[in-house]
Amino acid sequence: MGNRCAVIGVGQTRYQTKRRDVSIAGLVREAALRALEDAGLTFADIDAVVIGKAPDLFEGVMMPEAYLADALGAAGKPMMRVHTAGSVGGSTALVGASLVQGGVHGRVLVVAFEKQSESNATWALSTHLPFSASLVVGAGGYFAPHIREYMRRSGAPDHIGTLVAVKDRQNALRNPYAHLRIPGISREMVEATPMLWEPIRYLETCPSSDGACAIVLAAEDKVTGTPAWVHGTAMRSEPIFRAGRDTVSPQAGKDCAADVYRQAGIADPRRDIDVAEVYVPFSWYEPMWLENLGFAAEGEGWKLTEAGCTALDGDIPWNASGGVLSSNPIGASGLIRFAEAALQVRGMAGEHQVDGARLALGHAYGGGAQFFAMWIVGSRKP
Amino acid sequence: MRDVAVVAFAQTVHTGHDAGQNEAEMLRPVLDEVRRASGLGSFGFTCSGSCDYLAGAPFSFVSALDALGAWPPISESHVEMDGAFALYEAWVRLQHGDVDSALVYGFGKSSMTDVREVMTLQLDPYYLAPLGLDQVSFAALQASAARSRGSGADRAALDEIVRRSRADGRANPYALDLPDPSGEEDEVGPLRPYDVAPPTDGAAAVVLAAGDLARELAERPAWITGIAHRIEPHYLGMRDLSRSVSAADAARAAGVGKGPVDVAELHTQFSHEEPILREALGLPDGTVVNPSGGPLAANPIMVTGLIRVGEAARRILDGSANRAVAHATSGPCLQHNLVAVLEAVETR
Repeated sequence: MGNRCAVIGVGQTRYQTKRRDVSIAGLVREAALRALEDAGLTFADIDAVVIGKAPDLFEGVMMPEAYLADALGAAGKPMMRVHTAGSVGGSTALVGASLVQGGVHGRVLVVAFEKQSESNATWALSTHLPFSASLVVGAGGYFAPHIREYMRRSGAPDHIGTLVAVKDRQNALRNPYAHLRIPGISREMVEATPMLWEPIRYLETCPSSDGACAIVLAAEDKVTGTPAWVHGTAMRSEPIFRAGRDTVSPQAGKDCAADVYRQAGIADPRRDIDVAEVYVPFSWYEPMWLENLGFAAEGEGWKLTEAGCTALDGDIPWNASGGVLSSNPIGASGLIRFAEAALQVRGMAGEHQVDGARLALGHAYGGGAQFFAMWIVGSRKP
Repeated sequence: MRDVAVVAFAQTVHTGHDAGQNEAEMLRPVLDEVRRASGLGSFGFTCSGSCDYLAGAPFSFVSALDALGAWPPISESHVEMDGAFALYEAWVRLQHGDVDSALVYGFGKSSMTDVREVMTLQLDPYYLAPLGLDQVSFAALQASAARSRGSGADRAALDEIVRRSRADGRANPYALDLPDPSGEEDEVGPLRPYDVAPPTDGAAAVVLAAGDLARELAERPAWITGIAHRIEPHYLGMRDLSRSVSAADAARAAGVGKGPVDVAELHTQFSHEEPILREALGLPDGTVVNPSGGPLAANPIMVTGLIRVGEAARRILDGSANRAVAHATSGPCLQHNLVAVLEAVETR
């Protein structure tokens, strides 16, 4: 794992459908300046910048790090651009952490963003001939069959997805940065929305958001302010077309979790971890990932959700921030998970703070549920 | 820092046209070759570089994992940059000390797009891209600036650079067969068509290994004794285009000047970039530049920089050089530059 590394600053923009008041550069700079302010630093204190986002076609700017170098104070410094599909926000944090853990830099600024209002992500994600036959529309079209297979295998009742949709939106009401803040959100409200991709209803999906998230990472001797210490980092990828791969509970997700738990000394994630920020873009992915990440036995994840274990007042709160279901600037969504995990163990999560959180999981996935990035952060030095 | 070396390098026989293979098909033989050459079947870390805008589809890198046969699942990441930057990420990862080997690859099919036009989309989308400035036009601005300053970018010098590069390319089985430059028409003045690197399809892979594993896998590992990169402002008006400040900074950080340089492989997408980079890197007169023919003889975008590292390393591995420099670039007019020093001896 290399040298010790800590998150010392977090900055987010208020996620919303359209940020017409800022350019792409203005958006990322807003998050970066907030992260620097949180750390009590300026751009001059930063050694390197790592930026991540999902496909460039979302904004129509090819390799936008070239254009964003100026706005992020990167001129004269090394700058890296990460792209690992939906997991990219998480991977970007890990590439930044790697620079500190490898002893290359003392302080690294990590930024991820998406300005989805510049295009239509659903169509950008519907690849077409000659690359592949268009069997699905958007990410929901791809993932819905996997969800139906999960329901078949586990025997989970139909309403579990609705419970997650309500729970995450209730949490979002406590998060000033959340995009979807729906007063009085209820099961009836979710069930009244149209079916998009059986069994996913409109309010069981993530929104399309404009937004950016930034964190400042520091080596042990460069820590300022309140640190969240990195206890483990891991990435795993598997091929999308491998015959026999389990798309419901991918091996890469299991292996990634096992790796990051081993580094952080976690034997039982449900017992040892205090709060988890997990990439749940469609409501049913909460019970699916509860099992994949070892919080529940196979086929049992939905029971934790149903019993309220993952609610803010449950024994293992998941997505206290409202999660991807409440805010989804795609390229930033993974980094937001990682940043929210850090905020929790720094005790700086405000109204959605989980009392006494000491150890937190940040998780992101992408592609055809084949790219995984995770970290464990803690209030104590590893 | 931990000693890390290039122990294997492979590249496709690059083509100036679509050879009928998709990216995964193009990549697979190259991956097999570095596995054979290194003797490693699996790697502690894998990192790749490619760009969605060449294929015009999101997630063009995803299918590469199928070529790789990433099973059981692997620790892997991707940069939307040239493969040389993926190599940098892998080098950093090897510094952690818990893994000893890394696979790096890059792939790009220029034949799927119009590179000259698509590069316009890399510019600031509000203030620059709408002007419609294409890649050759903004390179021509830099060529003019270099010529005005008298930095070795006059017509005779550029002609000689292209002639030499193409001749070396013809002797390189992996590069394109291009004739000696001829014709007096400007493409965009002062650049002529042959000053522009040719559209190319190709892929390449490199295996990195640390410490004892490197010594075990290769007789003469190409030790990376320095590697660094720097970006500079995007707006052309904020830079002295006749110089490359970021390449000079990266070269200093990588320690290019700490010894003689037998060979330098430079990511010159245009002939006039060679004198600019020679000066920025402080290369001595005796340094042989781009003996492979360089990008002017084969320019598979997103791989060209990684090939520079591979070609420089190859000359250490085969004993024909003791100290070599590799350079990779990204962004308009050499905005972002990476420099690596490769040596036969671990002289840290």
